[in-house]
Amino acid sequence: MDIALLIEKVILISVVLGISLVTAMYTTLAERKIAGFLQDRYGPNRAGPFGILQPLADGVKLFTKEEIIPREANRFLFVLGPSLAMLMACVGTAVIPWGEELEIGGRTVSLQIADVNIGILYIFGVVALGVYGIMIGGWASNNKYSLLSAIRAASQNISYEISLGLSLIALLMVTGTLSLGEIVEQQRGFNWNIWYQPLGFILFLTCSFAETNRNPFDLVECETELVGGYHTEYSSMKLGFFLFAEYINIFVASAVMSTLYFGGYNFPGMDALAQAGVSQNWITLIGVGAMFVKVLLFIFFFIWVRWTVPRFRYDQLMKLGWNIMIPLAIANIVITGVVIWLTGN
Amino acid sequence: MLTQSLFYFLSFLAIFSALAVIIAKNPVHSVLYLILTFFAITGHYILLNAQFLAIVNMIVYAGAIMVLFLFVLMLLNLNAETEPQKPAYIKIAGVVSGGLLLLVLVGALKTVDVSGAGGTTATDMGLVENLGMVLFNEFLLPFELASVLLLTAMVGAVLIGRREA
Repeated sequence: MDIALLIEKVILISVVLGISLVTAMYTTLAERKIAGFLQDRYGPNRAGPFGILQPLADGVKLFTKEEIIPREANRFLFVLGPSLAMLMACVGTAVIPWGEELEIGGRTVSLQIADVNIGILYIFGVVALGVYGIMIGGWASNNKYSLLSAIRAASQNISYEISLGLSLIALLMVTGTLSLGEIVEQQRGFNWNIWYQPLGFILFLTCSFAETNRNPFDLVECETELVGGYHTEYSSMKLGFFLFAEYINIFVASAVMSTLYFGGYNFPGMDALAQAGVSQNWITLIGVGAMFVKVLLFIFFFIWVRWTVPRFRYDQLMKLGWNIMIPLAIANIVITGVVIWLTGN
Repeated sequence: MLTQSLFYFLSFLAIFSALAVIIAKNPVHSVLYLILTFFAITGHYILLNAQFLAIVNMIVYAGAIMVLFLFVLMLLNLNAETEPQKPAYIKIAGVVSGGLLLLVLVGALKTVDVSGAGGTTATDMGLVENLGMVLFNEFLLPFELASVLLLTAMVGAVLIGRREA
């Protein structure tokens, strides 16, 4: 491996990681601002103009709070829980194509950290492992509410992973590849997968809400039943990591949905721009912008739903997962198969 | 060489965590070590150019089955104090049968010719396309039979788990 490639990848990884952390930081502010707007009040507006420094103030507050580890807790696993949650939230960004290629001084730089040929499965694996942070943290706290929350997280994760996987299979039948780079390339211009897989997208979206433990599926931290859920015993930055991991997960889920169903960095009229003589670098940069607009819209949707839809009951959640989502996902696969067979490609 | 040192690291990790699975007193620790073992094996698959197998191993074993294991253990809330102590003769029987299995494995592997291994590892061998071609052309019947077997097991589990009406 030559050294230039290594440097290029290290820079790319740092930039992507930095952007995901900053986006997650400001998602916390956006969440509180939008909640304020929907409830007819101002959100946080004290720290800086329009409360723009609020995430920093929150960070400083969490760092300087007293660190408490319960005496009966398993110390190692208690610390491992939030660390794993954070790690698993961050590694998902590695296979997402953020843009086309950039030409910098005669070097072609791909804006995707790793174009592995099993990109979708990698995302699926990260999602499957994401629940361990919550489970380990909840169990190690030695608190019955945390334990109940950990058990809820496990069963919810497993149940919705099935329909998540099944909705992806229908998508794979259309695209015929597992590589995220190729999937985005196929959606060039306005030929997005959402036109071929509307039902699959709705299923995937619902499962994303369940997998990121967001309202209306946030039974894991349902404070009316479980105090604080899995993070009842957590304080200081360990609590911060758990809460922050949720926002990074939202960012990754939004990026995955934009990539799979909404064309990723593709935008209508990109070929017309290329014919008009606009250089490839500019098209790439506009594409990255388009990607981020889509991601931010999805993040807004996540927040909007949280402050609009009430929380499900646990049996309703399970019923929705097993009795409605899975049959719909299987029907989607059958319909996709029949349509592909009829149209003959 | 990088690959070789990775191999030794992963092998050490796999054997260490596999031993820790049976030595650990706390069942939850055992499951966590088992997850670590699966990760080490996933690493081995990647070294063998079997990316698809590696990722499926991670999703199915580390991601799904181990979550269920952990779920059940947490639900039972077993720990070192409440774990039932087995009588001595069961422990001895366990050691003897495990040792016999080891003997059989060693005996079977002693005569294996390993000179052919490593010669056929083309880099695209483990890709999904090639695996799918082989599964659905050469091994279609065994593949379908395996899925029927899984379905049977699933129906059986539902039947056993169903509450008596």
